[in-house]
This record gives sequence, structure tokens and C-alpha cells, in this order.
Amino acid sequence: MLEIKDLHVTVDGAEILKGIDLAIAPGEVHAIMGPNGSGKSTLSYVLAGRDGYEVTGGSILYKGEDLLEMAPEERAAAGVFLAFQYPIEIPGVASMTFLKTALNAVRKQRGESELDAMQFLKLVREKAKLLNVTDDMLKRAVNVGFSGGEKKRNEVLQMAVLNPTLAVLDETDSGLDIDALKVVADGVNALRGPDRSMLVITHYQRLLDYIVPDRVHVLAHGRIARSGGKELAHELEAKGYAEFGANEAA
Amino acid sequence: MAAVTETVEQVQAVADGKYKYGFVTDIEADTAPKGLNEDIIRFISAKKNEPEWLLDWRLKAYRHWLKMPEPEWAMVDFPPIDYQDAYYYSAPKSDTDGPKSLDEVDPELLRTYEKLGIPLQEQERLAGVAVDAVFDSVSVATTYKKKLEEVGVIFCSMSEAVENHPDLVREYLGSVVPYSDNKHATLNSAAFTDGSFVYVPKGVRCPMELSTYFRINAANTGQFERTLIIADEGSYVSYLEGCTAPMRDENQLHAAVVELVALDDAEIKYSTVQNWYPGDENGVGGIYNFVTKRGACRGRNSKISWTQVETGSAITWKYPSCILQGDNSVGEFYSVAITNNYQQADTGTKMIHIGKNTSSTIIAKGIAAGKSNSTYRGLVKIQPGAKGARNYTQCDSLLIGDKCGAHTVPYIESRNRSGRVEHEATTAKIGEDQMFYCQQRGLSEEEAVALIVNGFCKEVLQELPMEFAVEAQKLVGISLEGSVG
Repeated sequence: MLEIKDLHVTVDGAEILKGIDLAIAPGEVHAIMGPNGSGKSTLSYVLAGRDGYEVTGGSILYKGEDLLEMAPEERAAAGVFLAFQYPIEIPGVASMTFLKTALNAVRKQRGESELDAMQFLKLVREKAKLLNVTDDMLKRAVNVGFSGGEKKRNEVLQMAVLNPTLAVLDETDSGLDIDALKVVADGVNALRGPDRSMLVITHYQRLLDYIVPDRVHVLAHGRIARSGGKELAHELEAKGYAEFGANEAA
Repeated sequence: MAAVTETVEQVQAVADGKYKYGFVTDIEADTAPKGLNEDIIRFISAKKNEPEWLLDWRLKAYRHWLKMPEPEWAMVDFPPIDYQDAYYYSAPKSDTDGPKSLDEVDPELLRTYEKLGIPLQEQERLAGVAVDAVFDSVSVATTYKKKLEEVGVIFCSMSEAVENHPDLVREYLGSVVPYSDNKHATLNSAAFTDGSFVYVPKGVRCPMELSTYFRINAANTGQFERTLIIADEGSYVSYLEGCTAPMRDENQLHAAVVELVALDDAEIKYSTVQNWYPGDENGVGGIYNFVTKRGACRGRNSKISWTQVETGSAITWKYPSCILQGDNSVGEFYSVAITNNYQQADTGTKMIHIGKNTSSTIIAKGIAAGKSNSTYRGLVKIQPGAKGARNYTQCDSLLIGDKCGAHTVPYIESRNRSGRVEHEATTAKIGEDQMFYCQQRGLSEEEAVALIVNGFCKEVLQELPMEFAVEAQKLVGISLEGSVG
């Protein structure tokens, strides 16, 4: 599904990622953990194709294709989805409108027909129910005045509607209380399947109690310092990131 | 609703035919020589069989116009206009002058029609393609008029109004925008060729939007259009001028005048979608849209509401205003002005509070892209007698790119201590994070801009009559094409 080789990335002249190697097979869920400033969010933005992140070396293959050659919207159409750590507000645009525009844009790029209003409404209602997203939320402007939990639920709803094959979740647990965390995790788990891979980025082990990963990687100083099974997360929770040369940032 | 649907169908039927000649006054195929002088004005007036008082009025305007300076306070820049290098009277272009088929029409124009979802036959009409008359347009126009006549609404061309309703025209023409108002309006007063006239009698709610109807009528109104709408006591009318589709047009200077009069308890809603040719991406060509629009809330509890979506023209100079004379009268101005490439827009409103407890609302959204400049200019004036007057103004500007400008110039004059005036203004750049968020969800850059800008304009767009709101949303996207990346 995803194959990252010796990835080097520079932001504003400073090298943030210094040779990342990572391979995710279809259906696998990988977690990236690491202290603040280790490059976790940079990795997620590079995967999604954000401007300002300069790849100075290495490669990313997605389903065998050069991901770095693709525009952000092409990546989205090819099935790459990024759940934002800080979802962006778009005043005046109803969440429902946003979802519909996004879904139809993706379908158009894939050569599929656009959904009509009834088909779309049915699809959204079904997905929204799972995530406790109310009709009222869907009528409100995208993320405007949303609570932390609402924003994250909205991200997972977008993911469910767009039906990606590679989902990158950037600190989806940040700002959530335990109940909200469960709702979001349930939503994500419902989307797990043999054809969908996920990269879950988090600072804390807590999220991984609910979204149990197949592999855990520790990112520190722009490199993957250690990889292991899900038990690695528990070890980190107990010992902190000190052994990776980071200040305990908790 | 049924009536509206029927109306739309009829209009579409008409649009497919050669309706324009059913409405515009018959004009013989001759043209006055270039330039403007008293003889030309006499010629225009004679062609239209106008009564003497109207000719005198035109001449008075002309003589005044000669002495008037050009308005120079607006933030727009253009070389001096050579008024003698233009035709002030020419018969409507005959079909033989136009392209023979859509194959001969500028493909850029066709692409825009396509995106707006305009039916093929209407595209032909808009592009000025010679279409065979297959349909007796006069009879449809008559059915239409009958429906309005049943309730007593008069809706006709200005020329017809002068002929058939001279008393009404004489009473109200120039009563809101006097012939001496400003250089452009005065030129219009001297040389106007046609336009529309509406009179809604006491207590009548006009049974249809006078919008789609106009869309057909608009084809030949020419560069000096004059519109007069009178809503008598307790009446209501909604009027939409313009068209989301760009029209083939060879006149560079458009100096139109619109006058609205609302008597006691009457309401006029006037919506405009302006998409004249903006010039090319290097700023060559394009329409100068110098328009004077003003409404008088003469009666108690009357209301005038302006909604405009301005995306076209090389230069827009336009301030639809309300004179709130009647006690408790209400003025509203909702505006979206989008400029791209080298376009310049200086637009806004004047709210003149004269009566007691008058209130006004101004919501203006300016969007500038490319190397364009968009200025909001507005005046809120509270006269000494306007006890308890209130105004709320909100001006938001959105910048796309770093070579454009957005400017807000609000003037507030309050001469009554009880007046309350609020003004809010914001300026923002379209966010890189918003763009990336949309693109990550699959939208192209252009789709992302269209979505974000439509959200930004929502408060204004939702004021438009339903059937035009959808087209206006598409237009917002189209007019910003090429503004990013």
C-alpha cells in the first residue's frame, strides 16, 4: 500500500525528516508515536502534499505509484485521506455542502458519476449516525464554532464518506475527553478492513487502547528510532520518550 | 409556485424564439451620426415620438452636462472618455450582423455558458446568433402582459410608458435621480434610449418575479438604459435585472439610471447580477459600468432592498442608495463585488435617513484577485429630523494573491443624537490552510476558491431570488478562474 524510503524533508531550510523508512501493507494499522517536534505532523503533511514541505531525498510509493508526483487533490482521489490535528474552519459553507462537494469532486476524478441529492443524503445520514453527528451539525458551517470533539467526529465522518484506502490520522485524540475518544475510535475501527491501511499519529498511548495497531514506530529527531508491536506503546507510556533523547513532554 | 413554473416555461419558450422584437419599440433601421449635440438629442426624441416636455428635459440635461466635471473621487483609473467618438442612436443590431452560428462565437464565451448550464438555444440568443423566427413572440408577450394587467401592474419599455402612461412618467421621472445629479446620470437623462417601466398599483403584490422576463428584454436596451419602478401604497414587487451569462456587447460605456419609488407600506426588492465583459487578462477592453441607482422610500413603513452581484465590467462605479424619507422606512443593501485581473470596482451605497425610526442595513463583500482593486464606498447620513434612526454596516474584504487591493471607505454623518450607527469591517486573505484542507478532500484549486468565496458571500447570495442564486454561485467560481496557482 505505502512504501516510504529514505525520506528527507526540509521546511523553511531546516531538515525535519532525516531518512524515514516505512512500509504499510493493505489492511494494516500502524501507529507513529514520538515526542513533540519529532516530525510527526510533517510526515502527515508530506503524505497529503502540502505546499512548503520540500522533499530533498527519498521516495514514497503509494499503490506502486509515485505519490510525490501527484497534486493534493489527485492524492485524495487516489484514496489518501488526512484527518487534521486542527481541522480548518470554512465560514459560510455548511458541512453538508462541503461533504457533497468533496465527494463529488473525488468521484468526478475517479470517473464515477456524481451522487444526486437523495443518494447523498442517505449515505451521509447513515455514516453520521455512527458518529453521533447530528443534522444540526451538518447544517452548521464547516468546523465553525465546533467543540474539539465535534471537530474530530466531523473529520472521521468525512473519512467515512470519502472512503479512502490510506487514512492518516494526525493526533486525532488531542483535545478529546474519554467519551469523545471512544466515539471517534469506534468510528475509526468501523472503517478498518482488509483493503484499508491506516497511519495513526499520536503522542499518547491512550488512543492505541482503542485503535489497536499492528505496528508501532517511534519517531525521534526525524528518524524512526524504534519499531515494534503494540506492546511498544505500553512500554513508552511507562518510560516516556526520555531514552530517545527528548524532554518528557506530557 | 405553479405560476412561477409556468412563467419560467413561457420565458424559455420565448427565449428560443426571437422575442426581443416583440418588446422593444419599433425602430427604423437608421443611425444618427457619431457624437452628441442638441440635434442628435432632438433626433432621438423625434424617433421615439416623445412629447415636448420630455425633449425639453433631455435638452436641459444636455446643456447642464456640458458644464459638469467628471466625478473624480472614485478609486478607479481610466483614460478620459471621448464622448464625441460614439454613436448615441443606432437601430438595434439586425441579426445579419451577428455570428451565423455558435461555431463563430468566441469559444471562451461558450465555455462560460457551458459552465453556467445555459441551454443551447439560450446560448445562441445571448451570443447574438441569428436564430430563425419560429415562434410568434408577440402573442406570448401579450399573454404575459395580460397576467400582469389583470392585477393592474404596468410593465413595459420606457418608450411605451412615455406613450401610454405619460402622466406617471412625467410625475416620477427624474424625481429620485434629478437630471443634474452627476455627469453620468445627466448624460443618461439627455441621451437615454430605452429601459423598463414598472408601476404596481395600491395593495397589489406583483404575482411574478419581474426577472426572467427582463432577461429577454435586456438584449437591446443599449448603453443608456433608464429604469423607473413605482410601488404604490401597500404594494410589493421583486425585480431582477441582468443575467449571469456574459452578453455580446459592443458599447464600452454604460451609463444607466435606475429610479425606485416606494410609497406608504410598499416594498421593492431589486436584484442585479452584472456580468458584462471585464476585459482580457491583460486589462485590455471591457465595459465601463457607470450606473446611478437610487430608491426613495417616500411613504411610511416602506422598504427598498438592493441586492447586487457584480463580477463583470472593466470598471464598476455604482452606489445603489436609499433615501429613507418616510417614517419607519427601511433600506437594505447587500453586495458582492468580485474583481479579477485588472478589473476595478468602486461600489457601495448611500443610506440617507430623513424620517423618524428609519433603519438601514448594509452588508458588502468585496473579493479581489489578480491585479484588481475593489473598493467599498458608503455613506450613512442621519438628518436632524431622523429621530431613532439606526444603521448596521458590515464590510468584509477577501484578498486572493498579493497583487490585488481591497479598500473600505465608509462615511458616517450623524446629525441626530438618538441615531445609532454600527460599522464592522474585516479584511482577510484566502487562507493557505483552507485551500489545503479543501484540496486534501479532493477539490481542485479552482473548486476550492469557488467554495470558500461562496461561503464568504453567503449572507448576500441568499438574498437573491432562488432561481438566480444557484447560477450566481456558479458565476462566483467562474469569475475567479485563473486567480490562483
